[in-house]
Amino acid sequence: MNILISIKRVAGASGRITLTDDAQAVDARHVGYTLSPHEECAVELAVQTVEAHGGAAAVLSVGVEDVVDQMRDALSVGVGSGVLVEADASTWAPGDVAAAIAEVVADHAAAGTSYDLLLFGNEAADTGDFQVGIAVAHRLGLPCVTGVKAFEVTEAGVTARRDGPDGVEVFELPLPAVLTVRDGAVIPRYPSVPGRIKAKRAPIERLTPTISPVGNGRIRLTVPPEVPSTVEVLGTGADAAVAAVDLFERLGLLSR
Amino acid sequence: MILVLIEAVAGAAAPLSLEAVHFARDLAAKIGAPVEALVVGGAGGDLVGQLGEQGVSRVHHAQADGFDSYSAAAWASALEDRVTALSPQFVLAAASARGNEIVAHLAVRLERPMATNCVTIEPGEQITATRQIWGGAALEELHLEQSPVLLTMASHAAGVEPADQPTVPEVVAFAPELRAGDLVARVVRVEAGEGGGSDLAAARVVVGGGRGVGGADSFDSLLDLAALLGGTLGVSRVVTSQGWRPHHEQVGQTGTRIAPDLYVACGISGAIQHMAGCQSAKTILAINTDAGAPMVAKADYAIIGNLHEVVPAIAAEIRRRTS
Ligand SMILES: Cc1cc2nc3c(=O)[nH]c(=O)nc-3n(C[C@H](O)[C@H](O)[C@H](O)COP(=O)(O)OP(=O)(O)OC[C@H]3O[C@@H](n4cnc5c(N)ncnc54)[C@H](O)[C@@H]3O)c2cc1C
Ligand SMILES: Nc1ncnc2c1ncn2[C@@H]1O[C@H](COP(=O)(O)O)[C@@H](O)[C@H]1O
Repeated sequence: MNILISIKRVAGASGRITLTDDAQAVDARHVGYTLSPHEECAVELAVQTVEAHGGAAAVLSVGVEDVVDQMRDALSVGVGSGVLVEADASTWAPGDVAAAIAEVVADHAAAGTSYDLLLFGNEAADTGDFQVGIAVAHRLGLPCVTGVKAFEVTEAGVTARRDGPDGVEVFELPLPAVLTVRDGAVIPRYPSVPGRIKAKRAPIERLTPTISPVGNGRIRLTVPPEVPSTVEVLGTGADAAVAAVDLFERLGLLSR
Repeated sequence: MILVLIEAVAGAAAPLSLEAVHFARDLAAKIGAPVEALVVGGAGGDLVGQLGEQGVSRVHHAQADGFDSYSAAAWASALEDRVTALSPQFVLAAASARGNEIVAHLAVRLERPMATNCVTIEPGEQITATRQIWGGAALEELHLEQSPVLLTMASHAAGVEPADQPTVPEVVAFAPELRAGDLVARVVRVEAGEGGGSDLAAARVVVGGGRGVGGADSFDSLLDLAALLGGTLGVSRVVTSQGWRPHHEQVGQTGTRIAPDLYVACGISGAIQHMAGCQSAKTILAINTDAGAPMVAKADYAIIGNLHEVVPAIAAEIRRRTS
């Protein structure tokens, strides 16, 4: 079982967002970088699958050298190798990123390494385009299920499950296949010290894409104006319980 | 023409699809074009009447054997058929799981850009859109290529509102040709779920717990308060990633989006990704030891204190008044 997980490095903002001076990006100077929880779950699912069925997992990112930090995180929890597709993809359309990833997959196949599963996050943590996985599948002529929470490899291929409007939707696909993963069914493991050491030595292949990007049409980013706080403090500690229940009564939430 | 993809649930249009129709109507008024709708597979109930109330002029109804179970690629083939036949200027869907994936399939086939989670569209020579990124904590303004412009609409970018001039839509049945690969990734069966996510989305009261709760075995008082208020428990990502509570209880950008009358956020700091899931709550009561926590600033009401003292005291007071 060969698995390739595509990850995107994003600013780790959790408080109010600040933008770079040119308003083209989120300023990450004070918040650091992270991965989407969806992609962390994709890494975890890949590692579990390789543990159960053998084979290898590799992690890929399209970006500048810095993304190697996030690749090392994946390499420290059981992913074997990395592929850095070197390009400043910040102005790229999701279709451009997909073209670059599809190119790598095709080149690897030509060189004798083919992947049974291509895993993505359901959507990127920052831009939320919902497209890269689907676009890669289309380019490679593979079936694709989005929003997958868990999957199992079977004799026939892969069985994937996701939440749907009427319950849990089950898909049965032949391999190779593309799955985009949603946070939820697994808890990403923390790296161990030996894992960290191993990650430092793990091989990272560096490639230059040959695609001609279309671009994402971005004019600028904005941050909605901060709404002034209108909070009413009901009190401090257990004594405030009376005021809280008065509030619930006013909202008509108490039944007698 | 503006074509809107309609998702139907039990014979009725999904509320988010109706929001997309309302949005399309406002856009249609600006460019002087009609709004038409696409329904795929079963269109029972009074779906067409419902779309008439929304001012839709024509309803395209795709029927084929392949549509009895859901597959994004097949649904995209239905949409592609109408786009080829009718050359709409805009194709809109709700930014739901299905809306996003179906339009994304269409986008790659047509080799067109697609913008998800849009909140505004400025038509004209050069079309610009504004879309939510970072779960709505920031916005992106972008140029979009013409014809068709492919968009999904952020939830609550428009409300559901009937049209001033209701219509009796003409129904156009058609049988799109499905591609060979369309049905490979299709739903082969639906299993009963944990149910939590949908209960949470519809709950009138949600009692939320975050890192401040402290551990897996410390949720009793929150569950008790939720039960007293006829509500349900919601949690932050710290809680699910610690394994304290199951993921279907998670509120936020990567969890469930809630819209209760009351959200009691206990020991939750109010990170943007959490707020993305609870900003539609009508009233937020924050219970936090830190008066400076973002959740306190964003709440309507706050109690500054230890949740393990405050929550049981509230429960006792409710029991005192209701017994
Ligand atoms: C792409 C992405 C997606 C994400 N998606 C989600 C998501 O869907 N949902 C989500 O929740 N998070 C999400 N997160 C994580 C988010 O950024 C925060 O890390 C998380 O919400 C913090 O959880 P918390 O508020 O429980 O913990 P903390 O931020 O640690 O806050 C704990 C709070 O509890 C208070 N407290 C401590 N002890 C007590 C006590 N005894 N009584 C009262 N108050 C107390 C503290 O003052 C503090 O305010 C996401 C992050 C990323 C990068
Ligand atoms: N620059 C990138 N490099 C590698 N993978 C990416 C990149 N951008 C997006 N992806 C992957 O595609 C998924 C969906 O991204 P998007 O379509 O942009 O929302 C992400 O969760 C990642 O798994």
